[in-house]
Amino acid sequence: MKDLKPAILMLVLFTLICGGVYPMLVTGISTVIFPKEAAGSLILDNVGKVRGSMLIGQSFSDEKYFWPRPSATPDFSYNAASSGASNKGPTNKEYLKDVADKVAFLHNNGISGTIPSELVQASGSGLDPDISPESARLQVPRVAKTRGVSENILLDKITKATIKRQFGFLGAERVNVLALNLWLDGALK
Amino acid sequence: MFQTIFVVAVLLLLVKPLGSYMFRVYQGERTFLSIILRPFEGLIYRIAGVNSEEEMGWKRYLLSLLLFNLVLIFSLFLILIFQQILPLNPRHFTGFKWDLAFNTAASFVTNTNWQAYAGEEQASYFTQMAGLAVHNFLSAATGMTVVIAFIRGFARRRTDLLGNFWVDMTRSTLYILMPIATLAALLLASQGVIQNFSDYKKVSLVQQEDYNKPKVDAGGKTVLDSVGKPLLDKTTVKDVTIPMGPVASQEAIKTLGTNGGGFFNANSAHPFENPTPLTNIAEILLILMIPAALTYTFGLMVGNTRQGWTILGIMLFIFLLAFGAVQYMEQGGNPLITKLGVHGVNMEGKEVRFGMAGTSLFTVATTGTSCGAVASMHSSFTPLGGAIPLTLMLLGETVFGGVGSGLYTMLAFAIIAVFVSGLMIGRTPEYLGKKIEVREMWLSLVTILSAGIVVLIFSGIAVATYAGVSSISNPGPHGISEILYAFASMANNNGSAFAGLNADTTFYNILGGLAMLIGRYVPIAAVIAMAGSLASKKYVPPSLGTLPTDKLPFAIWLTLVLFIVGALTFFPSMALGPIVEHLMMLGGA
Repeated sequence: MKDLKPAILMLVLFTLICGGVYPMLVTGISTVIFPKEAAGSLILDNVGKVRGSMLIGQSFSDEKYFWPRPSATPDFSYNAASSGASNKGPTNKEYLKDVADKVAFLHNNGISGTIPSELVQASGSGLDPDISPESARLQVPRVAKTRGVSENILLDKITKATIKRQFGFLGAERVNVLALNLWLDGALK
Repeated sequence: MFQTIFVVAVLLLLVKPLGSYMFRVYQGERTFLSIILRPFEGLIYRIAGVNSEEEMGWKRYLLSLLLFNLVLIFSLFLILIFQQILPLNPRHFTGFKWDLAFNTAASFVTNTNWQAYAGEEQASYFTQMAGLAVHNFLSAATGMTVVIAFIRGFARRRTDLLGNFWVDMTRSTLYILMPIATLAALLLASQGVIQNFSDYKKVSLVQQEDYNKPKVDAGGKTVLDSVGKPLLDKTTVKDVTIPMGPVASQEAIKTLGTNGGGFFNANSAHPFENPTPLTNIAEILLILMIPAALTYTFGLMVGNTRQGWTILGIMLFIFLLAFGAVQYMEQGGNPLITKLGVHGVNMEGKEVRFGMAGTSLFTVATTGTSCGAVASMHSSFTPLGGAIPLTLMLLGETVFGGVGSGLYTMLAFAIIAVFVSGLMIGRTPEYLGKKIEVREMWLSLVTILSAGIVVLIFSGIAVATYAGVSSISNPGPHGISEILYAFASMANNNGSAFAGLNADTTFYNILGGLAMLIGRYVPIAAVIAMAGSLASKKYVPPSLGTLPTDKLPFAIWLTLVLFIVGALTFFPSMALGPIVEHLMMLGGA
């Protein structure tokens, strides 16, 4: 039992080091050198108001906006306070019907042909801020018609707003839906 | 493709420098960090009353470890229960219920990090930092002490001393985990992983949304109408609450220590935990680097680095095999969804930014080790795609494996492989110059089979009881996969989930807590006992009758032993879950 004393004291010491010093040190340094990132990559609009985070998607269903991926967060889509996925199994009948409904809905809303899977399948976090450039382009005719702007302007913007693969080979090309929609509203340059 | 080559290349480049650094740390030699850390190390020993010169026999080494872990579990349990009266709780979260607190305490101290709670909705900043993050360090350090003691058992001759547990634990944390975690946390923060102590941020939505909220009565129960459907209230969402917190510091050690417990419910799929493809790759490398580099430390300690490279080669081979399989299964998409007029990979539960290869790599890294963090939801994988992470866990998490635990499990497999081949070709069973006898065989079997036995018995109990079955959310064979995955994950101290299963019930909290404790401490006890017995043996120089264990034939043989043990133990239950579901999917059901 002479090892009980070090057991308790080691716990106290390492709680101070790993639970106190370490997170404080990281917070201190990152607040100084990466203030924006450490604070949540918040988006300020042209008048300086916080409109959300570049990293956290928001729900859009209005025809004048680009639509994000489906989200399975509790209560409502893109519930940022409560991340989560559907966790539906691949052969779940209820789930397959749900996806079929989403496909039909998109077909009735100006998207023809086969649908990219990410537009009818929910993300893991339920907060995925991105869609593929392809999924954005498919929505151009609808948004252009509703807003009365030319499709070319929107296609051009999508090309410019496309986030490339990091260093040219990591991850996937994508478009941030919230940033794109804020630009449509004239809230973001 | 380039992504995979990049990960493997960086990993292999890290093995030698990190492996030799760890070797020096455990030998007590000077390193470039000694000048800063030595004084702190000495101070810790002085305050805790540890004589760092004193070495321990296997019984005392094990006893110190168990005692320390018992104190950790008990203290974490108290922090969780009394969360509401502790500081740094801006959201005023209440204390955990006792069964959830037991499960969570067992989970974090055993390096499992199974999470039956949702971080952003139940855990205060104090709990996350002083409670959970501390155990991310200490449980990883515990695993490292065990493998180091085990390797000393091979390396030392005719002694009963294995080192000092307190010294090994302190050095693991101070010299290895802490410096790497600090650098990694800063890298993650630079990419957008948040690190602050602010209150959650409320922002107005660009577009308001209506949704139907089920009506709830005063007692918190949903109100049903006359036909038993819940009554719905039309509610408009005008703003959302964006959670905040010290995430980067936790994210770094969560991956580096192969812990896996996320700050948020969605874990590494959450954009605040894993915002870019670079953080995804960084987290994968953090998960793999210590387990991979320990094989080199092992080689140095036993005086033959080829022994370490052989083990690493086997791990890498299975890793790439598993990666290819997940990639292939998911890339093709879910045929039942494709039929509906959809193209592309199976995206349910996956994020766009990582791409398919990044997602598959993370999945294989997290379940081949005992990490259990997830960047995608395995429950929504295609049946065989989801069977790969399950298989990796059931192989005892040896494909790099948890920090420490991966290598000691692999070495136990190696002992079995040596013994069986010895019987087959009539050679003396020897490994690294030590005779393998009945005692070592017994202890190796306990090491590799205890988790598996727990998985099968506990899954059996769950499938046979109402309390077990009622947590299933997906019908049919997928439900069996959910249960099998849950116990495979807990008993092997992984912590990832087929998250369809509602795990926060008294039944799963208690049974799962027991699975984690048995799956962790029974193998640890067996390994340290074996270390004691090996250390006391004399060295047998290799003779003509010795099977060389640093050559390709042995590597192939050891790989086969891994697969055979895995397949014989789990094939029947795998057949009932993922395999049936796959056949149903192909049949269009």
